[in-house]
Amino acid sequence: MLYDTFIAPFAEFEFMRRALVGTFALALGAPPIGVFLMLRRMSLIGDAMAHAILPGAAIGFMVAGLSLFAMAGGGLIAGLIVALGAGLISRSTRIKEDASLAAFFLISLALGVTIVSVKGSNVDLLHFLFGSVLAMDDPTLMLIAGIASVSLLVLALIWRPLVLECVDPGFLRSVSRAGGPAHIAFLALVVMNLVGGFQALGTLLAVGIMMLPAVISRFWARDITGMIGMAIGSAAVSGYAGLLVSYHLNLPSGPGIILVAGALYAVSVVAGPVGGLIWLALPQRHLEA
Amino acid sequence: MTEQLKFRNLTLGYDRHPAVHHLDGAVRKGSLTAVIGPNGAGKSTLFKGVVGAIKPLAGRIERNGVRPQDIAYLPQVAEIDRSFPIGVYDMVAMGLWRGKGLFGGIGRRDRDTVEGALAAVGLTGFEQRPIGTLSGGQMQRMLFARLLLQDARVIVLDEPFNAIDTKTCADLLLLVRRWHSEQRTVLAAMHDMELVKANFPESLLLAREPVAWGATADVLTPENMLKARRMCEAFDEQAQACVVAA
Repeated sequence: MLYDTFIAPFAEFEFMRRALVGTFALALGAPPIGVFLMLRRMSLIGDAMAHAILPGAAIGFMVAGLSLFAMAGGGLIAGLIVALGAGLISRSTRIKEDASLAAFFLISLALGVTIVSVKGSNVDLLHFLFGSVLAMDDPTLMLIAGIASVSLLVLALIWRPLVLECVDPGFLRSVSRAGGPAHIAFLALVVMNLVGGFQALGTLLAVGIMMLPAVISRFWARDITGMIGMAIGSAAVSGYAGLLVSYHLNLPSGPGIILVAGALYAVSVVAGPVGGLIWLALPQRHLEA
Repeated sequence: MTEQLKFRNLTLGYDRHPAVHHLDGAVRKGSLTAVIGPNGAGKSTLFKGVVGAIKPLAGRIERNGVRPQDIAYLPQVAEIDRSFPIGVYDMVAMGLWRGKGLFGGIGRRDRDTVEGALAAVGLTGFEQRPIGTLSGGQMQRMLFARLLLQDARVIVLDEPFNAIDTKTCADLLLLVRRWHSEQRTVLAAMHDMELVKANFPESLLLAREPVAWGATADVLTPENMLKARRMCEAFDEQAQACVVAA
């Protein structure tokens, strides 16, 4: 019974195993990025960037059909153009970075949907918007795993300036010039992980596996190391449980994964040990000293 | 070579308006100088110039072999995100940046150094406390511990004792005197004239233009203070280009 529910789907079907491996790889790379986005109050930036990837992937699709590398490459380029373009415009005009990013991603989204619709079918459009986690071939898995590995490595390399730029940017500026390059590397990581997530979850939900685990982790850990561990753990659990739920209830898998993460979020808001609602509501005697 | 910082006809400011106007003079190596003057006199602006955060509108600053990033700087309003989940220990350890850089490991001896700095500011036992739970005075103590670890030849403190109680102030002043005895060059923006008289051998009185600079007793005269107070704070939007010879 337990075996049938929790293990059999993966033991019996190769596409389920692949989906599981893919979501675990995503769960290693994206959530730490999400934690930093959240701590820098850039939670919605991930969403905007995810939309910005669309036209690049769509142009890749137009040129080479459903080719993995054309679409991933196109997405990567489009994402980087938007990230750097928005940064550049905000620095050279009076528009703040979030405003120029909003302009960029809306244009990108409209452009991307237009390109896909002109060239492909509604099925293609659905693939773009929601991904196809149950149809991942070897190259796709390699791409996602590669992105996860690179982003963990780069994160380790830029860890100090990244943390310092969040806590005390003035101090970082006074001791080092590493802040700017670290910020750009970080934006590149955001784009890369969204491109990876895009393959599995589509442009609309890729950001879900990045941000939801990050927000969840805030309710369970007090320091950043613990938060990143919690975020990775909850993303992996969401991936596994989401696939199971979608298998047994015959629901779409991508949204299933994100919905499980959503459920974990709801539980965390209510019961999370760090600032969860029930702990705030329960009257606790204060300490002596 | 006894001069650590030299200002040559230095003008610093914002949008072409001077906030420090035609400052000439030198800060001796190992000296302890209070920079005083009313709000808007240009104290913070001068410090930002010294640490290289803003470029001079005219003139220059000679630092005599010290790079701007080797100057330890305590800003008046630190841009610290106090909600960030980081503890006092890690925050203080960042003072080791110059020796460790991006990748250098923190070894046994470094940990002792960090503990020593925490003890010197009276924050032993606070290692794991998130910075968001610190009081204003504890925060300032933590930042002083970080300054200690920076081990800099030149230390610039922008109003370090504002909104700080007497006890904390006295503790931190001990550190300032220790730096002085170690022949480090210290500049501090100050508002409490009693503290200045008691602790700072030299003073620079600014009111956009330098009013007086020298031994504290000679600078803090009633005439000088009156002169400084007459300074007009607002920028003149119709101001013409300055014609004083550069």
